[in-house]
Amino acid sequence: MGELVLSAHPESRELVKAIEAASRTKTSLCYQCGKCSAGCPVVFAMDYTPRQIIRLLQLGLIETALQAKSIWICATCDTCSTRCPRGVDIASIMDALRREALKQGKVVKEVAAFNQAFLNSVKRYGRNHEASLVLEYNARIMKPFKNAEQGPMMMSKGKLKIFPEFIKGRGEVNRIFEKVKAMGGDHE
Amino acid sequence: MVAVAQHPNIKLYSYSEVVGLSGYIGNFTVTIKEKAKYVDYDKCTGCGLCETKCPSRVKSEFDLGLGERHAIYKAFPQAVPNKPVIDAKNCRKLQTGKCGICEKLCPVKAINFEDQDRFVTEEVGAIVMATGYDLFEWEKAYGEYGYGKYPDVISGLHFERLVNASGPTGGKIKRPSDGKIPQAVAFIKCVGSRDDTKGKSYCSRACCMYTAKHAMQVVEKIPGGEAYVFYMDVRTAGKGYEEFYQRSVERGAQYIRGRVSKIYPRGDRLVVKSEDTLIGKPIEVEVDMVVLATAMVPAAGAEEIAKLVGFSTDKDGFFQEAHPKLQPVETFTGGVFLAGACQGPKDIPDTVAQASAAAVKVVALLSKDQLATEPMIAYVDETKCTGCEFCVPICPYQAISMKPIKTRVHGETVERQVAEVNKGLCQGCGACVAACRPCALNLNGFTNDQIVAEVDALCL
Amino acid sequence: MRLAYYPGCSLDATAIEYGMSTQKMAKLLDIDLWEIPDWSCCGASSAHQTDHLLAISLPARNLAIAEREGLDVLAPCAACYNRMRATEYEVRASAKTRSQVEEALGMPYQAAHSTISVLELLDARYGLDNLAARVTNPLKGMTPACYYGCLLVRPVAVTGFDDPENPQSMDRIMKTLGASPVDWAFKTECCGAGLGVTQTDICLEMTYQILRNAKEAGADSIVTACPVCHLNLDMRQKAIEKKYQTQFNLPVYYVTELVAIACGAEPPAVGANRHFVEAVSIFQQLPAKAKAMEEAAAQAAKAGKGAAKAKAAKPAGESEEPAADEDAGLALARKLYDDESKAAQLAEILKQEPARAEKLAEMLEQDKSKALKVADALLAKKAKEKSAGEEGNKA
Repeated sequence: MGELVLSAHPESRELVKAIEAASRTKTSLCYQCGKCSAGCPVVFAMDYTPRQIIRLLQLGLIETALQAKSIWICATCDTCSTRCPRGVDIASIMDALRREALKQGKVVKEVAAFNQAFLNSVKRYGRNHEASLVLEYNARIMKPFKNAEQGPMMMSKGKLKIFPEFIKGRGEVNRIFEKVKAMGGDHE
Repeated sequence: MVAVAQHPNIKLYSYSEVVGLSGYIGNFTVTIKEKAKYVDYDKCTGCGLCETKCPSRVKSEFDLGLGERHAIYKAFPQAVPNKPVIDAKNCRKLQTGKCGICEKLCPVKAINFEDQDRFVTEEVGAIVMATGYDLFEWEKAYGEYGYGKYPDVISGLHFERLVNASGPTGGKIKRPSDGKIPQAVAFIKCVGSRDDTKGKSYCSRACCMYTAKHAMQVVEKIPGGEAYVFYMDVRTAGKGYEEFYQRSVERGAQYIRGRVSKIYPRGDRLVVKSEDTLIGKPIEVEVDMVVLATAMVPAAGAEEIAKLVGFSTDKDGFFQEAHPKLQPVETFTGGVFLAGACQGPKDIPDTVAQASAAAVKVVALLSKDQLATEPMIAYVDETKCTGCEFCVPICPYQAISMKPIKTRVHGETVERQVAEVNKGLCQGCGACVAACRPCALNLNGFTNDQIVAEVDALCL
Repeated sequence: MRLAYYPGCSLDATAIEYGMSTQKMAKLLDIDLWEIPDWSCCGASSAHQTDHLLAISLPARNLAIAEREGLDVLAPCAACYNRMRATEYEVRASAKTRSQVEEALGMPYQAAHSTISVLELLDARYGLDNLAARVTNPLKGMTPACYYGCLLVRPVAVTGFDDPENPQSMDRIMKTLGASPVDWAFKTECCGAGLGVTQTDICLEMTYQILRNAKEAGADSIVTACPVCHLNLDMRQKAIEKKYQTQFNLPVYYVTELVAIACGAEPPAVGANRHFVEAVSIFQQLPAKAKAMEEAAAQAAKAGKGAAKAKAAKPAGESEEPAADEDAGLALARKLYDDESKAAQLAEILKQEPARAEKLAEMLEQDKSKALKVADALLAKKAKEKSAGEEGNKA
C-alpha cells in the first residue's frame, strides 16, 4: 500500500464531518473492533473492509475512501450497523460516501450506470420499467448483449413487460426530480 | 471458609437472608430470615447418605445446568458448613407427601420436614456488603450467537465447571451436546461488555486473564487441542499478568484481533465469523465449542438489598463507593462498607485487598467511643419549626425524626413536636433544607443566607 | 379490513407471482386492497445511493395519496416497504425534513399513517387465529426455510416489528398454515440484491451460502417476501448449482403464494407454475412426507424421553441419559407400587435391565395385575440373591 502521509488538510476534515452529518453518526465512536467487517456478507469482494473505511475517515483520508471499490460493492444490508457495539451507522456512511463519490465523478461503472438507468426510467414513465432499464444499463456499460439470454427466459414465464406503462402522474414525478435538484439535493 | 465457621467470634448464618434493617452507624438492628433447611445442623454430620438416595433430580444451579443435583443437596463440595439443605420446591415429600427416603435413612435422624423459617434479630455496629456478581444474560441479547439455543456455545463460567475436577464431567473438557472432547475451541472476549448498544458499556476487568487461562487449559489438557481467542484488547494490568498472557500465546493459543459477528452450526461443528483486523482480512474458523467471556453484572437482588440497607447504586447497578479514588470501600451511608465485585467487576487479588480494607475500616470505627462526623449537616431552628413533618420522608438517610419539646405560648407551657436531625445519619445532602417551608432547616456551611449571598454576588 | 395497496414496479413484471398471490390472498382473506391510483416508483436502492432528499420524496408521493384516503399502506415488496418506512421515520423525526419533502412533492404529507409488510399484516393485524380459520388445505409435511432477507428486519429503528437476528413472524405464519418451518442460521443474511445485475459473481456466492445452509438444515423449500431475494434464489439457482457443482432443487415461494394455496387456491392461480425451479409438484408429495414425519415422531416418542432429550440440544453432559432412564424406570415402578422403598428397589433392578423395563411397561398397559406379579417376582428374586450373598459373606 505504501506510506500514508497524514497532514492536517482542513478540507478533508470538513468533508468527513459532512459525511458524518449526512449519516447522522460519529466515526470517533468506532474502536475498530471489526464486528462490521466480520458480519459483512460482501466483504470477501471488497478492497477495504468496512472497518478500514471507517479508519480512513478517522484519519481524515477521505479521498482514499472515495476511491475504494468497497462502497460500490456494499449491498446496504445493514448488518454492520445493526451489530456495531458502539452504534456507528456504517451502512449510512457507505451511502453518504456513494453520493459524494457520485458528485465527484468517482464511481464504479456498473453500479452507477444501473442507478442512472433506473432513475431515468422512473423519470420517463413514473415507474421503473425493467426491460428498458436493462437496455439502457447495457448500453451504458457498453455490453449490449449482457444477460441477453434472460430476456426470452423471463418472457416465457410472463415476467417481462415489453411495453412500459406511462402513469398519468409522471409529470408529478418529474417535478419531484426537478424540485430536488433545485433545492440543491442532499439536504440534511 | 472453614476458619470463619470455626472462629469463636464469628456467627455464620448460612441459607439466610437479611429482610429488615433499621438504625444508623454504630447502632444497626438487622432482621435475618433463616430459611427452613429441613435438616437439623446440630445433628447432621454431613455424611451425605441422604443425597445418594434422593429420587428427585433437577439441574444444578452451581453447575449452571450442566449437571444435576438432588432435592436434598450440598450447595457445592466445599460448602461451609458441609451439610445439605432440602429444596422444598423439588422435594417429593414436601410437595406430595410421598417419599421421605432421606428421613428413613439418616443415621442421626437429622431430617425434619416440619422445619419452618426462623427470624432472628442482631444488633451490629457496622455492615460490610459483599454480595458478589452474576453474569450478563447474553442469551437474551446476542441473536448473532444463537440466543443460547446452541448447546456448545457456553459462558466462561460453564467452562470453569467443565474443567473443574469436582464438576459435572470430572474435569474433562466435553461438549455439552454430545459429550465428545472438542478439538478446536474458540474463545470470544467482551460479550456483553464494552457494548453500548446491547450490553454494558464497561470493561469487565477479569475476562482477559481468565480467558488466557482457559485457552492454556485447552491446549494443555486436550492432545492436539486448538484454542482461538477473539479479542479487541488484552488487558493485563497486574503483577505477572502480562507474562502469563504471553505464556498462553507461547503454548499455542492463537489470538485474533477482531470481534465475532456471527456463530452458526455446520453439521455438528460451529462456524465463527470474524475479521483479523491486524491484517485486514475476514476470517472464518470451524470449531467444536465456543466459550463466551461474558460481563460481570451485580448479583441478582442487589438493587433490592441496597434499598433495604439504605445506600446508593451506580448507573450499572453496582454499589456506589463514596469516592472513586479516595474512598473505594465506603458508601455514602455511614457504617456501610463495600468489598468485592458488588462494587464493580474485579478479580481475586483486588477483592481480597478490598475486603481487608473494609475490615480495617470497621475495626477503626468500632474501636472508638465517639465518632467524628461531618460538620456540614442540617440543623433545626426549633423556633421556626411548625412540626409539619414534611422533611421526614424526604430525607434519603432517614435521619430526621420528630421529638416533643416544651415551649411557652401566651403565658402557658405547651408541648409540641419539632424535627430533630440525627447527626450520625445526616450526610448533608440538603434535600430537607429545600423542602422546609418555614425555613426552619438549614445546612451548616451552606445556609440559605450564604447561598443567597453567592447568587447576589454573581448576578447583581 | 381495508388497506391502501402499493404493488411496486416489480409485482407485475419479474415478481408477477407476488402480485398475483397477494391479490388472491386478499380475496380469500376478505381484505380490501385499494390500489393507490397512479402510484409511482419508490426509488428503491438507486435513489438513496444517488440523492437523500430524492430517496424520501419519491416514496412520499404515494404515501401522501394514501394519507388523503386515510389508510395505512400494504407494500409487499421488501424494498418498497423499507423505503416507505424510512420516509415515515425521517418525516416524523424532523419538521425540517417534513417541510422539504412537502416542498419537493408540492403536496402536504404528515406521515400520519404507516406502511406494513405482508408479514406484519398476517402476524399482527389480521391475526394468526383468523388466518388458521381460513386454512382449508394445510401444508402438512412441508419443511420450508423462512428467508426474511435484510430489508424487512433492518434497520431496527425503521422497521421494528420483528427481531433482526432470529425473526419468527414468517415462521409463525407457516406453522399456522400447517407447515413445519426449519430452524436455520441464515434467515437474515443478505442475498446480494441488486448486485445480481451489476456484480453477478458476488451475488452468486452470497445466494449460494443461503441455499446451502437451508439445505443443510433440512429444508425442502424456501419462503420469502422480497422480489429481488426471490429472483436471486429462484432464477439464479441453476447457475449457482452449475458454478458450485451441487444440487439444491429447492423451490422458492412468496409467502403470499403459500397463504393463498393453503386457503384453497390452485398453484397456477398464484403463479407457482412460473417459477424457474419447479414449484408445483411438491404439493402432491406433501401427504406422503407428512405421513413419514408422523411415523418418525411416533418412533422417537416410543424410544423414551431419553432419546428425545439427547437430541433436544440442551447442556447436560453425560448424566442426562441415565437420569432419564432412571426417571422412566422409577415412574414405571411407582405405577405398580405405592410403597416408596419397594418402588425404589424395583427401579434399581430395571436400571440394570432396560429391556425388561420396556417389556414391563408394555405389560402394564395391557394388564396391571400381570405386571404386578412379574414385578413381585423380580423383587423376590433380588431379595433371595441378596440374602444368599450375605450368607455367603458370613460363611
